[in-house]
Amino acid sequence: MLELKDVSVGNILRGLNMVIGRGEYVLITGENGAGKTTLFNTISGIIKPDSGRIILSGMDITELPPHKRSVWISSVLQDPRIGTIGEMTIAENLYLASMRRNSMKRNDIAFFKDKLSVLEMNLEDRLNEKVRNLSGGQRQALSLVMATIADYELLLLDEITASLDPKNSSTIMNLVNKIDRDKGKTCLAITHDTDRIESFRGGRLSLSNGEVVKS
Amino acid sequence: MIAMQEILTSIDVGLIFGVVSIGIYLTFRTINFADLTCDGSFALGSAVSATLIVNGVNPYLASVVSLVSGGAAGFLTGILNIKFKIADLLAGIIVAFMLYSVNLRIMNNAPNITLADEGVLFPGTNTSLAIFTIILFLVLIIVYLLFSRFGLKLRAVGYNRQFAVISGINTNLMTIAGVSISNALIALGGSLFSQYQGFCDISQGFGSLVIGLTSVIIGEKIFSFRKEPLIIVSCVFGSILYRVFINVALHGSTFGIGTQDLNLLTGFMTIGALLIRKRCRNA
Repeated sequence: MLELKDVSVGNILRGLNMVIGRGEYVLITGENGAGKTTLFNTISGIIKPDSGRIILSGMDITELPPHKRSVWISSVLQDPRIGTIGEMTIAENLYLASMRRNSMKRNDIAFFKDKLSVLEMNLEDRLNEKVRNLSGGQRQALSLVMATIADYELLLLDEITASLDPKNSSTIMNLVNKIDRDKGKTCLAITHDTDRIESFRGGRLSLSNGEVVKS
Repeated sequence: MIAMQEILTSIDVGLIFGVVSIGIYLTFRTINFADLTCDGSFALGSAVSATLIVNGVNPYLASVVSLVSGGAAGFLTGILNIKFKIADLLAGIIVAFMLYSVNLRIMNNAPNITLADEGVLFPGTNTSLAIFTIILFLVLIIVYLLFSRFGLKLRAVGYNRQFAVISGINTNLMTIAGVSISNALIALGGSLFSQYQGFCDISQGFGSLVIGLTSVIIGEKIFSFRKEPLIIVSCVFGSILYRVFINVALHGSTFGIGTQDLNLLTGFMTIGALLIRKRCRNA
């Protein structure tokens, strides 16, 4: 469960209160400048709130630095060029992502191949290829696999279709909807483009003037 | 005409400075940190090992202590940058500046120390083989390090800091570790160089950053390796080529070039290598 209590960040988020139950998938929409990215960065720990508390599964994570939060929070960024490392191979990217939780010490090619096969993009046969050789859609799909390769409590999706064409957006949304929801994982997706993410299965909230309302 | 012995000397010195180049590669390329501590940490390594050796310490132990001292200098630069938010360039300049006084203190206020009658790592016979063995050993360790779990995180920080943060990598810790390892290698280079030359001088470090950086660029340009282990090797090759080129140029009496022109020549080489890189990128 994710709970934000009176979270304020400058003039962007003003005393924001929000509760997302364990296992819930929620999409937050809002116009440009509504504070979506600030909300994403505040939850992931990149921005420290001026006031308020962030509680994840009963733990107060407000003071935790981002690298420590990533034990429980997994993120997919808007730009797949930032969400992956182009200069490294697919296998190295997956290995790095699997290190997010110290208990995961996998450099297991068979495990990586198994994870990639879900994408149906034949990336499992290109494990030793540099990620920069992949298309934007393939990189974002890889980014999604990387985010879910290690265990997590909360999956954050930040405008994950914003830099993709409609076809790739649709592919990525299908992958999001394929994520195993039986394990009680919580997912928070944010977007300004509701058309591309229309197929998202889950609840809807709207962010407006730094506050969250049901849409 | 340049003698064969001088070519061999260039290779020896090039191999030693290869360690410095690898150190510079680790900061400037691997973790993307513009570290200017190099000139100070090179002289620090030289000063520490020379002082220890003249005081009867085993040269192997003296080299290890100089390695650690360089690591401490890098650690300070890293702390200034990460904890005190001083820009990387400035943090390096401050530490290198302070190290001049520290080095003089270590050398007991003497501007130079002779090691002519001391037991050093390179006693005179099989010097080239000894240098080659040490450098090969160091290259293997660095390549292993870069491909370890730790090394993967270190490279991730340099390639994509934002990705590293969300992947649970402590980017601050990695940056400090990277700068420390880099300066440890540079100081070891200083230690090896003073033992090879048979003396330590307070100004020995001046220009080592530019020389190291030029060697990295020459190595990258000429060999254009894309795989990390080979890039590390190319730093050493670049350093050797730099030394051979300088030696040949200094012997080109027809151009009237003398040792006083060394910095000018190095500067032109650096500019040339950078321009070639730029042209290749634009092509």
